[in-house]
Amino acid sequence: MSKISLDRRTLLKSASVVGAAALLPSPAFAQALPKVVVIGAGFAGVTCARELKRAGLDVTLVEPNATYTACPFSNGVVAGLRELTEQQFGYDAIRKDGIKLAQQNATRVDVDKKEVTLGDGSTLAYDRLVLAPGIDLRFDALSGYTEEAAKTMPHAWKAGEQTTLLRNQLQAMDDGGTVVIVAPANPFRCPPGPYERASLIAYYLKTKKPRSKLIILDAKDSFSKQKLFQDAWKQLYPNLEWIALSAGGKVTEVDVKEKTLVTEFGRHKADVANVIPPQRAGLIAPLAGAADRSGWCPIDPVTFEARERPGIHVIGDACIAGGMPKSAFSANAQAKVCAAAVVSLLRNEAPQQPKLINTCYSLVAPDYGISVAGVYRPANGLLADVEGAGGVSPADAPASFRALEATYADNWFKTITTEVFG
Amino acid sequence: MRTHLAAIGCLLVLSLPAAAQTAMAPPGASSCSGCHDATIANSAVPPLKGRPAAQIVDAMDAFRAGKREATVMTRIAKGFSEDETRAIAAWLAKR
Repeated sequence: MSKISLDRRTLLKSASVVGAAALLPSPAFAQALPKVVVIGAGFAGVTCARELKRAGLDVTLVEPNATYTACPFSNGVVAGLRELTEQQFGYDAIRKDGIKLAQQNATRVDVDKKEVTLGDGSTLAYDRLVLAPGIDLRFDALSGYTEEAAKTMPHAWKAGEQTTLLRNQLQAMDDGGTVVIVAPANPFRCPPGPYERASLIAYYLKTKKPRSKLIILDAKDSFSKQKLFQDAWKQLYPNLEWIALSAGGKVTEVDVKEKTLVTEFGRHKADVANVIPPQRAGLIAPLAGAADRSGWCPIDPVTFEARERPGIHVIGDACIAGGMPKSAFSANAQAKVCAAAVVSLLRNEAPQQPKLINTCYSLVAPDYGISVAGVYRPANGLLADVEGAGGVSPADAPASFRALEATYADNWFKTITTEVFG
Repeated sequence: MRTHLAAIGCLLVLSLPAAAQTAMAPPGASSCSGCHDATIANSAVPPLKGRPAAQIVDAMDAFRAGKREATVMTRIAKGFSEDETRAIAAWLAKR
């Protein structure tokens, strides 16, 4: 790979000299399309790569996994309502688009040389680099919660084996058991996710193991769609208890041997423990120097260019997008805006002031959906909510409204995965 | 030589296909396909691509004014001015 890219660069250099001498575009020169490398092939990365390819650029997508396992709707897999295979998508359509897929880890970014190093030591040159690495789980942030501990107390916050592990543990649990979910402080991937998961696990317990109970130990005092969730829990799941930060919900230590969660106020023994630890931008972001001390990446709200690293763009869960939550919908919307900005910048044109939408559905039960929506625009260096727009589903909606939102949730997943991976 | 190199820079910049230069979505428009415009069967959400612009504008006006019931569109429509909505609708209609 490194030889090829070096040869190519040499070739381009000589092509430029020939072009400069002749001052006419030669056939070799016509191949000198601007090169964009996109790292990470989730909702953000794939969307961006495909948009850039449609714009006629030379696009390489770097992703070690052969298939993508989507997180949205994976709580349904945990609760036994759907199969993990329904979450999985291949990259055939991306290859068919003519995007080069480098199935490796990106290990290094040389900002000066504009070059990405891959796991096998080869390099990719770029004119613009887009980072869409998603999240890394922090196994250094919660005492006792290591990568090894996650094999006993799954996080299931990256869909895949961990999702199946949590599901199997729930299915193996006796009726009358206690499930504990540990929810992190902000910011983290999918803000309503822990509460949707709690809801769907509670649904599973209610229908299959009704003497069981579920406790959420939370490092926060408030959360996304809170009133809607809590109203629904009161109505549907009397065995679900939420313990907020101020009520002693913050877990300070995980005791894997005893399957116990330790808080400032006491100890909670679990039969099944789902620990969602603190997170940060995927590793390549700090390696590229695009992340700040928070572990996430500050960006320009017009171009998604990293504040710390001009020329490198960051989209999806890894970026600090102001009011926009870390959701698949946001990632997809950001990717399209970022791709348009990259095209403008490569043309030496001013990027357009964008507007973006987010819509997030959560299922409280299979036929009970709730949503939050928002519209965002650049303001004061951030992506800010457009005032008067957005918000959550009405509090007093009839069952038919909840059912319709559950239908739209299902429809959304099919639509977005078709747009991104189909 | 310096002038020549600058000229090369321009050619590089302009080597993007012309198609890409006309397809720029107006602000907000590229977000719509997150829910709409799927090629999936029996979509519960109406597709927008190729729909007459006036229909999209009318629907958005009605959502914004609270004259048409919806789940999320009443919340989203309020985030766009009439001008922005017209630009989005015109772009979608041509897709």
